Amino acid sequence: MFRLARFLSAYKKHVILGPIFKLTEAIFELIVPMVTASIIDDGVKKGDLDYVWRMGGIMLLLGVVGLGCAFVCQKFASIASQGFGTVVRNEMYQHINSFSHAEIDRFGTPSLITRITNDVNQLQYAVAMLIRLVVRAPFLAIGAIVAAMMIDWQLGLVFLVATPLIALVLYVIMSRSVPFFRVIQKKLDRISLISREGLSGVRVIRAFSRQENEEERFQEASDDQTDTAVRVGKLSALLNPLTYLIVNFAIIAIVWFGGYRVESGAMTQGEVIAFVNYMTQTFLALIVVANLVVTFTKAAASAARVNEVLDTKTSVPEYTSKPVIPPQGNDIPRVEFRNVSFSYDQSEKYALEGVSVSVMPGETIGVIGGTGSGKSTFVGLIPRFYDVSKGSVLVDGVDVKEYPFEQLRSKVGMVPQEAVLFTGTIESNLKWGCPNALPEQIEKALEIAQAKEVVEKKEQKLQTPVNQGGKNFSGGQRQRLTIARALVGEPQILILDDSSSALDFATDAALRKALRQNTKDMTVFMVSQRASTIRNADKIIVLDDGKVAGIGTHEELMEHCEVYQEICLSQLSREEAARK
Amino acid sequence: MKWSVLKRLLRYTKPYAGYLFGAFLCAVINISLSLYGPVLVGDAIDYIVGQNDVDHPGMIPTLVLLAGTILISAVFQWLMAYCNNKATYSTARDLRIMTYRKINHMPLKYIDSHAHGDLISRIVNDVDQVADGLLQGLTQLFTGVVTILGTLLFMLWISPVITLVVVLVTPLSLFVASFIAKLSHRMFVEQQATQGELSGYIEEMISGQKIVKTFHYEGRAQDSFQKINARLYACGVKAQFYSSLSNPSTRFVNGIVYTAVAVIGSLCAITGYPAQLSVGNISAFLQYANQYTKPFNEITAVITQVQTAFVSAERLFKVLDEEEEQPDSPDAFNMESCEGNVEIKDLYFSYHPETRLIEGLNLSAKKGQKIAIVGPTGCGKTTIINLLMRFYDANSGSIRVDGHNIQDITRGSLRSMYGMVLQDTWLFSGTVRDNIAYGREDATDEEVIAAARAAHAHSFIMRLPNGYDTVISEDGGNISQGQRQLLCIARVMLVDPPMLILDEATSSIDTRTEARIQQAFTKMMEGRTSFIVAHRLSTIKEADMILVMDQGHVIEQGTHETLLEKGGFYANLYNSQFANAE
Repeated sequence: MFRLARFLSAYKKHVILGPIFKLTEAIFELIVPMVTASIIDDGVKKGDLDYVWRMGGIMLLLGVVGLGCAFVCQKFASIASQGFGTVVRNEMYQHINSFSHAEIDRFGTPSLITRITNDVNQLQYAVAMLIRLVVRAPFLAIGAIVAAMMIDWQLGLVFLVATPLIALVLYVIMSRSVPFFRVIQKKLDRISLISREGLSGVRVIRAFSRQENEEERFQEASDDQTDTAVRVGKLSALLNPLTYLIVNFAIIAIVWFGGYRVESGAMTQGEVIAFVNYMTQTFLALIVVANLVVTFTKAAASAARVNEVLDTKTSVPEYTSKPVIPPQGNDIPRVEFRNVSFSYDQSEKYALEGVSVSVMPGETIGVIGGTGSGKSTFVGLIPRFYDVSKGSVLVDGVDVKEYPFEQLRSKVGMVPQEAVLFTGTIESNLKWGCPNALPEQIEKALEIAQAKEVVEKKEQKLQTPVNQGGKNFSGGQRQRLTIARALVGEPQILILDDSSSALDFATDAALRKALRQNTKDMTVFMVSQRASTIRNADKIIVLDDGKVAGIGTHEELMEHCEVYQEICLSQLSREEAARK
Repeated sequence: MKWSVLKRLLRYTKPYAGYLFGAFLCAVINISLSLYGPVLVGDAIDYIVGQNDVDHPGMIPTLVLLAGTILISAVFQWLMAYCNNKATYSTARDLRIMTYRKINHMPLKYIDSHAHGDLISRIVNDVDQVADGLLQGLTQLFTGVVTILGTLLFMLWISPVITLVVVLVTPLSLFVASFIAKLSHRMFVEQQATQGELSGYIEEMISGQKIVKTFHYEGRAQDSFQKINARLYACGVKAQFYSSLSNPSTRFVNGIVYTAVAVIGSLCAITGYPAQLSVGNISAFLQYANQYTKPFNEITAVITQVQTAFVSAERLFKVLDEEEEQPDSPDAFNMESCEGNVEIKDLYFSYHPETRLIEGLNLSAKKGQKIAIVGPTGCGKTTIINLLMRFYDANSGSIRVDGHNIQDITRGSLRSMYGMVLQDTWLFSGTVRDNIAYGREDATDEEVIAAARAAHAHSFIMRLPNGYDTVISEDGGNISQGQRQLLCIARVMLVDPPMLILDEATSSIDTRTEARIQQAFTKMMEGRTSFIVAHRLSTIKEADMILVMDQGHVIEQGTHETLLEKGGFYANLYNSQFANAE
C-alpha cells in the first residue's frame, strides 16, 4: 500500500499541513471541557460574572478558529486525495494500454474496470481519511485520556479500564460482522443470477412450464439472503448498546469515585464534569478509529489489486520506435511464418505448433478449422497481438518484432470476430484508423464492405450517432461497418477474423466478390467456419488442434486433406463440395 | 413525499406490522431512557459540592436508578434494531419474490421489449434502496424526531430559559445541515455522472482493445481518458470538499450551543435570574448540547436517501402494476398427447399495430413432416416460433393442433407438446444432470444418460471433471457453445415430445461438434412434426415445406424444387450461396 505513496509526491504540502490544521482543531476541542470546568469552579462557585463572560468568549473563539482550521484541512484533503486518484487512474490507464492481449485476458475487462474505478476510489477515500482523521481520531482518544489523567490520575484509572473494554467490544463485533457483509453481497449476487437466468431463459422455462420451480428457486435464494442479513443484523446491532453500557457505567464510576476525590480536596466539581465530557469524547473518537481500521483494511486490498496491474509488464514490448525500411524485391512474401509455435502461458501446451507458410502480395488466404484449432491465434500473430514462442513471423521480409507498432499496424487492417463500434458517429468510427481519410476513401470502403446501404438508410447518413458498442445497429450492419473501417486505411494486409458470420449468404458472397475486384494488391486473410466462404481462396490453410493439417486450394485439399473433407462434407452436400 | 407510494409500501409491511410497531415502541422507550441519563448524572453531580461536602449515601439511589436506566435502555436499543431489521429485510424479500413472480407471469412481449439488466436491477438494487431508504430511513427519521422532541422536553423540564437559548440556535443547525446537503448533493450527482462516463470509456476501450491496437489508437485514447479524468478531478474535489464540511460545521454549531448553554447556564446559577439552576443541571444541559445537532444531521441525510428510495419504489411498483398474461380460459383443456398435425389458417400477426408482419399465413403440417423456415437474418423467423408456442397470441386467424384451436388448450400442456432447441442455448447454473432433467424432474439417472447418449452428449459429459455432476458455471465458460446445444438437445430427448422446434446455429460451433448436432437433430426429427429455422442447405432440401421469410413476411412457400423453378427470392438466395465470386 505504501508503494503507492509515490503518487502523492505532488501533494506533499497538503499531506503534511492538512493533519496539522486538523490537529489544531482537535487540541481546541480538548481544551473546551477544561474551560467549562474553570467556568464552574472559578466562575459559578465564586460568582464571578465577568469571568464567565470572558471564558465564554474564549470558547467561541476556539470554535471559530477550529472551524477555520478544519476547513483548510478538508480542502487540502480533497485536493490531495482526488489528485492522487487522478494520477493513479491516468497511470493505470496508460499502463493498461501497453498490455497485450495476454495480460488483458488474464485480468479480464470487468476486473480491470473495477480496479481503475472502485479500487482507486477506495484508495482515494483512504487518502482523504489519512489526512482528515488518522491523526485526529487517535489524538482525540488518547488526548482525552491524557487530559483526564492530568487533572487527576487516580480517577483517570477509570479510563484505563473503560477504553480497552470499548476497543475490545468494537474489535470483537466488527471483526465478526464485517466479513459477513461480503457473504450477504454474494447471496445477493445469486438472486441477481437467478433473475437473469429467469429472464434470458424465459422461453425455455415456459416451454417446460417450469415457472413455479423457478419461483421456488428464487424464493429459496431470497430467504437465504434475508436470513443471513437478519442474523448479521442481530450481531452488529449489539455494538451500540454494548458500548453505550460501558461508557455510561464508566460515567457512574467517575461520579462515584470522583465524589471521594472531591471530598478529599484533590478535585473540584467542575473537574468531575470535565471528566464526564472526556469520557464521551474518547468514546466517539474510538468509534472513528474502528471505522478507520475498516477503511484501511479495504484500502490495503485495493492497493494490492492496483499494484498488481501496475507491476504487470507487457509481454509484447515495442523494441524500437524508428521506422524500418523493408527490403525490395518481387519474391519477398508479404507475410511469412517460419516454423512458428505459440503458447498462451509459456508452457508446452501449444495453441499453435510448427506453422510455416508464406503468402505473396495480392493473395487471398482462407483459414479454416474447428473452435480452438488456433485460427484467431494464427492471424493475431501478424499484427503482434501476441509474440511467438518459437520461430518468427515476417512482414515484407522483416521480423514483426523489429517494426515500431505504428508502422506494423498501419500495414494491417483487422476485422475481429465481435463487430465492435465505438461511441460517436458512423464517420468517426470509419476514421478511427486514419483521422485524415478523404470522403472518397470512405465512400469506396463502404462500397466494398457492402455497407453503403447501411449508411444510406439512415437519415443522418455518416453523421448517424453510434451508441456504445454500436448497439443501435444490427449484427450484420455492425459487421459490414467494421469491415469498411478496416478498409478505409487501405491496408496491405486485411484480416477478416470470422467476420462475416452475421451476414447472410448473399451479402457474404457480394462482399467477397467486391474484395476480389477492388483490392488487387491487398493480401487478404479470411478466417471462417463456413467452407463456402473460403472455398474460392488462392490458398486455404486448414488448422486442426494448433497444427497445420493442410495447405492448398479447395480441390487439392478435397483430395488429400482428411480434416478439410470432414469439414466440407458436414456443411455442403457431396455434390456441392465437388462443384467447381 | 408521495403519500400514495408510502401507503402502498406500508401495505406490503403488513405481515410484519408487529415488528414495525415493536421497533417504534422500542425507539420511544430507548430514547426517553437514554435522554433521562444526563439528568440523573447531573443530579448525582449535585451531591458533589466541594471538599468535605460530598453526600455519597444520598447519591446511591440516583446512581442505582441511572444504572437501571442504562441497562433497560441498552436492551431496548438492541430490540429496536432487531425488530427493524426483521421488518425491513422480510419486506424486502417479499417485494423481491413478488416482483420475480410478476415477471414470470408477464406476457413475453413485456420481457422481450425491456432491457433485462434494467429488470434485474429493479429486483436487486431498487428493492435494496427501498429497504434501506424507506424502511430503515423511516425508522431513523422517527428516532431523529423523537430524539429532538425528547431532548426539548427534558430541557424544558430542567429549565425553560436555557431551552429557549437552545431553540433559538436550532434554525442555524437546520440551515447549515440542509445548505451543505444541497451543495454536496449537486456536486455528487455531477461526480457520479463523470465517473460513469469514465467507466463507460474504459469499458469501451478495453473491450475493443484489439481495434485500439490495430488502429494504433492508444495515444488518442489516453488523451480522451485524461480529459474525462481531469473533469472528474475538478468535480471530485468540490464534491468531496463540500461533503466534508458537514462534520466540522456540525461541531461548530454544537460548539455555539455548548458555549451558549455554559455561559447562560452559569449566569443563571450565579445570579439565580432569570432561572434557578444547579451545577448538575448545567452538566446535563452540556451533555444535551453536545449531541443536539446530531439528529438534525441524520434527518437531512435520511431525507435524501428517502427521496431516492421513493424513485426506486415507483420503479418497482411500475413492474408490479404491469398486466399479466391472460390466464388460460376456464374451459381450456389439457392436451395429454397429440399426433402432431398442425394447421395454420389465415393467420395475421404483428408486434406493433403500425407495422404489419404476418398476413394471411396458411400452412398445414402433417404428422412427421419437416417445415423449414429460411430467410436473411432478422427476417422474423422466430415470430413463427413465438406463435406456435403461444409466447405471443395471433391477432386473427387460427393455429390448430390435431384440430384443436390452440387458444382452447392450456398453455402449459400445449407447450409440453413441443420440444424446443433454440440457437441461443439456455442452461441454468446447476449440474449437467439437473439441466438435462429440466423438463422431467422425476427422470432416473439411466433415463438421463440414455437421453444424453441419444444426443451424442454422453462422451463429452464423461470427459468433464465431475461428469454428470459438473456444475455449469454462470457464464458457461466450462463448456463450449456446441456442447451447450447438445445438452439442450438431450433435455428435449428426455421429454420425448411429439413435435419439435429447432433453431439451427449459424456459426461459432466447431465443425466436429456441429456434425454431432446434425446427427442428433436428424435422429430427433424421425417421426416428429418439426419446425426448423434452417441455415443449412441439406436441412432445407430435405424439408417437406419451406417458408421463405423476408422482413417479417412469409414471401414464398413450397418445396425446394418448386421454389427453385419459380425463380424468386429463394432461388436467388440459393444460387448466391454457391455462386462463384467472379
